[in-house]
This record gives sequence, C-alpha cells and structure tokens, in this order.
Amino acid sequence: MINKIAASIAEALADVRDGSTVLIAGFGTSGIPAELIDGLIAQGAKDLTVVNNNAGNADHGLAALLKAGRVRKIVCSFPRQVDSWVFDELYRSGKLELELVPQGNLAERIRAAGAGIGAFFCPTAYGTELAKGKETREIGGRHYVLEYPIHGDVALVKAEAGDRWGNLVYRKAARNFGPVMATAAKLTVATVHEIRELGELDPEAIVTPGIFVNRIVKIPRVATQGAGFKKAA
Amino acid sequence: MAYQKRTKDQLARRVAQDIFDGAYVNLGIGMPTTVANHIPAGREIILHSENGILGMGPAPAEGQEDYDLINAGKQPVSLLAGGAYFHHADSFAMMRGGHLDICVLGAFQVSAKGDLANWSTGEPGAIPAVGGAMDLAIGARQTWVMMDLLTKKGESKIVERCTYPLTGIGCVKKIYTELCTLECTPQGLKLVDTVEGLTHAELEKLVGLPIAA
Repeated sequence: MINKIAASIAEALADVRDGSTVLIAGFGTSGIPAELIDGLIAQGAKDLTVVNNNAGNADHGLAALLKAGRVRKIVCSFPRQVDSWVFDELYRSGKLELELVPQGNLAERIRAAGAGIGAFFCPTAYGTELAKGKETREIGGRHYVLEYPIHGDVALVKAEAGDRWGNLVYRKAARNFGPVMATAAKLTVATVHEIRELGELDPEAIVTPGIFVNRIVKIPRVATQGAGFKKAA
Repeated sequence: MAYQKRTKDQLARRVAQDIFDGAYVNLGIGMPTTVANHIPAGREIILHSENGILGMGPAPAEGQEDYDLINAGKQPVSLLAGGAYFHHADSFAMMRGGHLDICVLGAFQVSAKGDLANWSTGEPGAIPAVGGAMDLAIGARQTWVMMDLLTKKGESKIVERCTYPLTGIGCVKKIYTELCTLECTPQGLKLVDTVEGLTHAELEKLVGLPIAA
C-alpha cells in the first residue's frame, strides 16, 4: 500500500543531508512552508544551498535558518525587503553567497529540472548584467540567453490538502512556486492542513499529482502573516 | 507660458486612458499600481500579478486581509469573480509567451530607443534585487514606463544611453511622465502629448534630445 503520510515533520525530514540544495516554496510569507523550515533547523543539516524567491523575513522561518548559519548559498530573485535584515547582514559580511536570478528564470529553471530539460534559451535578461558570461543565440530575429535547470535534493512545499498518494491542492496565491518545485527535487515534502481520503480531492482540480510528492505531513492551520512590504504611509 | 505638471492622480489617469477594453495588464510595484484606480468606466481589464493571479481586485477592507492572497508588492488584495490562481512557471509564461497585453513599470532611466533601467542603481554595497522586472520588461506585448521626467536635481531620466544597469534592451514602447507622453522608436523619441502650456521646443530642451513631432 502506498502511504506518503509521515507521522511528523522530524520523520519527514530525517534524511536531509549536509550540502543539499533545498527548494523552498513561497513568495514572501505566502506559501512559505514555515513549519518545514523550523523542522530543518531542528534537523541540523548544514552547508545548504537554498532556492527561494526571497531571502527571509524578520527573524523567523528562512531568516532563522540563515541566522543559524546552515546556509552557504541562496538562489533568489528578490532578497532585499524591508525586513530582510538577517540576509542583509550575512550578505554584507560575505558569509552568504548570492545568485540573483530573474523571477521568471527562477521558475522556468526549476520547471526545466522537473521536466528533464537539459537547458533552454530564454529572452529574459539579454544584454544585462545578469546574463554576463552566458551563452546567447539569435533565433528568429530575437536574442536569447542559455539557462540551465535548477535541481533540488529536497523541495519543501506548503499545500492546503492532500491524500495518501501525495496528490495536492493549494490555497489562493500561496500556490506560487509549490507546484514547480515539487517536480524538481529528489525528495519532495509537503505540509497540508487537511488529509483527504483517496478520491475525495476532485481529480479535475488536483494541482500537483502525487507522483511528484514523496511525503506529506499534516499541520495545524495558522493564518499566514503579512511580511516583506512597506505599509502605505 | 506657464504650465502645470500632471499630479500623481492625473498621471495615473493619463496612463489608464490608453488601456483598452479587454486588456490583460500587469501593473508594477509603486506608482503604476495606482493606475488601477483610474480605469475609465465601461472598460473591463484583467489585472495580472506575477505571484499567480489573474483577475486581481482591490485591497480588501481592514480586517478582511488574507495573506495567502497578496500582490507582487506583498500587500493584501482580492480576487474578482472569474479570477484564477496558477503557479509561477505559468505566470511567467503569460509574460514571456506574449499573452500579457501591457505592463506598466517604474524606471530610473529610459533611453530614447526604449532601453530600460529600473532594477538597480548600481551603487556599491547595495543589495541587488531584480524580482520579475526583467521578465516583464521583455515579455509583455507592450511595456510602458510611468515616471517623473526629471530627477530631484532637474536632470532628465530620459537619456540617450542608460548609465544605470539595464533591465531590458529596446523594450519600452511608451513613456508617461508628469509633463509629457512619448513613444520610443528605433529612430528615437516621438511626441504623443505634453501638458497644456509646455511647447515641443521647451520639452526638447528639458529632455536634451530631439523629439519627433
């Protein structure tokens, strides 16, 4: 019998190794798998490369993982936020390597990894600093930059509901990077707030089919907190 | 003759006036976001947010915020009836694939031929951040810039060649400012309109570049 439901976050993350590339879903705090990040801090894996759209907010979640000194390199599109002081300090003091990637390239490079694409030509960033040193090609009169996939050893995803086969649905814009990251890692772990019986999730509406998911853990529902933006004066 | 600058609201209204009925539009963080408040009555437009929303609606009432439903600036928004959620790769396929009709972005500088600089001032020690700017700039069918023409020092932000790091090459089609609306073409700038009382010659002097009538 297939049963991807793990009893606890500790069990789900037990075999994450030092030096892993960890894809962490979320856009700001929306869709960020905070409980899994806390679990990763407790688990102790170090020398990690983290792939996330941002680089942590305030002192919790991803920022806490950075602060704990577990991360060697971060791959993201937008590290600078009003409350990204943990990242700012580590980056400025040279303790954290940054690979800055345009957001669409980040998503597409992860998608490529999950889809078995070796590399792809993308028009984004052509002629800019972020394409420096990269191979380019003119195709049909347009300029493209060669981009390589981003493979994960582990993907951490926050979903809304799932079943024992690993099928997932998400909530609102918290979906963001979850479905693409789930496809691109050797081990994909998702948290859900509800576990459904097989057949209860509408097969027409399943966003991530279970083949992309290795483990799911049920966690209590806590409302997502706002972060990373400046309140209007 | 004296002339009046467009206020922020007037500028937003000027941009909104050119957004056609049925357009799929991405409004960048900051000033462009305010364009949504000025869409002329009777036009139905669909707003895209790069974190996976089409049919984005206005900010919810206080106390109704849901932080799983935020815009690219990470502020709470709502979803209109008919709206949809999707993942990030689909969201950026909508840009790069040429499905998005218009994006409106802010800028540090725009060149006469439409090069855009809006992601980095290139200052040493500054923390770089690009987000979706480069994907949007080259992906939307039309990229419009909305900005003040003049810096606080009175220098034109429309330049012959950008000195700030580039976001995209030749991608800006129109520039909306507090004083004028211009088109960027491979041959250079073309005048669309100026505020009342500002002559073509005076505008060319402020910009420091030739502007075709």
